[in-house]
Amino acid sequence: MSHAVEINKLSRHFGSFKAVDEISLTVSHGEIFGFLGANGAGKTTAIRMLCGLLLPTGGNGTVAGCDIMKEPEKIKTKIGYMSQKFSLYGELTGRENINFYGSVYGMNKREISSRIDELTEKLQLQDLLHRQSHSLPVGWRQRLALAVALLHQPKIIFLDEPTGGVDPIFRRKFWSTLYDLGEEGITIFVTTHYMDEAEYCGRISIMHQGKIVEMGKPFDLVARHKAENLEQMFIGLINERGSSGA
Amino acid sequence: MRKIKFIATKEFYHILRDPKSLAIAIAMPIMMTFLYGYAINLDIEHVTIGIIDYDKTAESKELTDAFYESSYFSRPEVEVLDSDAEALLRSSHAIGLLYIRPGFSDALLNGRQFELGMTIDGSDNNLSAAVLNYSNGLVFQFMLDHLPHGVEIPKVDIATQNLYNPDLKSSHFFVPGLVALILMMISAMLTSITIAREKETGTMEQLLTAPVSPRQILLGKILPYIFLALLDGFLVLVVAKLFFGIPFAGSQLLLFAFGLIYVATALALGILISSLTKTQQVAMMLAQMTTLLPSVMLSGFIFPIKNMPLLLQLISNIVPARFFVVIIRGITLKGAGLEILAAQGLYLIILMAVLMLVAAKKFSTRIA
Repeated sequence: MSHAVEINKLSRHFGSFKAVDEISLTVSHGEIFGFLGANGAGKTTAIRMLCGLLLPTGGNGTVAGCDIMKEPEKIKTKIGYMSQKFSLYGELTGRENINFYGSVYGMNKREISSRIDELTEKLQLQDLLHRQSHSLPVGWRQRLALAVALLHQPKIIFLDEPTGGVDPIFRRKFWSTLYDLGEEGITIFVTTHYMDEAEYCGRISIMHQGKIVEMGKPFDLVARHKAENLEQMFIGLINERGSSGA
Repeated sequence: MRKIKFIATKEFYHILRDPKSLAIAIAMPIMMTFLYGYAINLDIEHVTIGIIDYDKTAESKELTDAFYESSYFSRPEVEVLDSDAEALLRSSHAIGLLYIRPGFSDALLNGRQFELGMTIDGSDNNLSAAVLNYSNGLVFQFMLDHLPHGVEIPKVDIATQNLYNPDLKSSHFFVPGLVALILMMISAMLTSITIAREKETGTMEQLLTAPVSPRQILLGKILPYIFLALLDGFLVLVVAKLFFGIPFAGSQLLLFAFGLIYVATALALGILISSLTKTQQVAMMLAQMTTLLPSVMLSGFIFPIKNMPLLLQLISNIVPARFFVVIIRGITLKGAGLEILAAQGLYLIILMAVLMLVAAKKFSTRIA
């Protein structure tokens, strides 16, 4: 397996609506890949296919060396996933949430507890392990959700707007954690609305109406479109393409 | 198997730590039993009836007193006019009128057949039937007390003879049916919420990105609720026994076995509902609509199915409560055994199997 993610003309149609229309991309191991696009551009549908939650209607590809069409269940064991939604059980404490997800991944008690120790150090979980998670501030919950996504030591993690609704200080910290993970060789596939975050990515792609319309290193893209910054480039690109039907 | 266990354990935490679901699960069934048990009461007490005495003898006077001294009937507040007694009914000052025709005392003392007249306000047919029955009972008792020994009792019209509920206590009739209603409603509601909630919060998606199959999720979610629903059934039956004096004539084991099938049917319905809905509110409303109304109206809980129009009778065949009402009444009141209830049980099993299959299929396809 030469790439962490490798997809070729991947499509998902819902009836006549082409939510994802023949997208192709490759992501290398340890890369932080930013998957951008306006709301409704098809990002979430694409990520769901990559995570084995949704079968594509066309194209092919591999995630962590597993075939998207044929081995979606196998993909699930190799990736971590964290969504914009609050994906923890509110009535359970941090530790119980981790224990639960760990057992769902087939880990035994000893494995889980040694993993909790590692992650506690890496993500500073000590204060949130014993509290019911609905009482935690959003930023803390996201840290816990990241811990859950990393629990079974996946090689790739998919983060769907992980920093939605949290303050800039937390976002800065969160991204520095992602950098550390990237250095350990973990591939990070992340969507975001914040253009300053997109600048932290090694490469980004921009999706519009189901297609990938631009891809490359953030500053190369800014230069290519003669924009002042990423935000201007993004807005210019979307406006230029128009939003038929949207 | 291990994963199912963990999902089930987690579900228990949800129930125990969320006061709301705990209230729905435990307090609501008990509250409903009391509410329905006491509110749906067809026993009569101090119902106003007018007695028009044309006989005017010591015996007719005594009969009148016997009526008004009983706790069932009381005197009208306005005077009864011989000329237009029915005015009392029209003005709702009385529910019924008893006519003691001339010759009553004579017939009684000579042991001859005799007929008393009664006019009843039929607009509340449950009440009027009860009034008629109670009146018959009183007259019969009166005859027994006044006839000289050895004289054959004159023909008395006893409209119904109630074998299993000699006091005509409506709670005996209602409370077992109530168990059926409550179990259906609570079970369907709880399961429909549990899955909708995970969809709403996003944990369902997180769970599905993990290597766990929809079937494992489903089983893990159903197990705790089977336990909970059976606990509910037990609590409601305890209330039924202690507060409403429902007899337990039949086998408790048999009731438990049928209860298990019935609860599983309700849980499957809950799963089906929650795979069709996205939010807890909609799921809860749908669960109430599909369980409460049919279980009350079409189960024979209150209204006899054989009196319904054919179309409703046919529809009642897909209402699980219909079969369980017969089963639970049979077991608690009549002591009926498997040989009598087998057909009902079989219907229930078929309903359960179909619902389970459809629910599992819908759940798997909708969720993935």
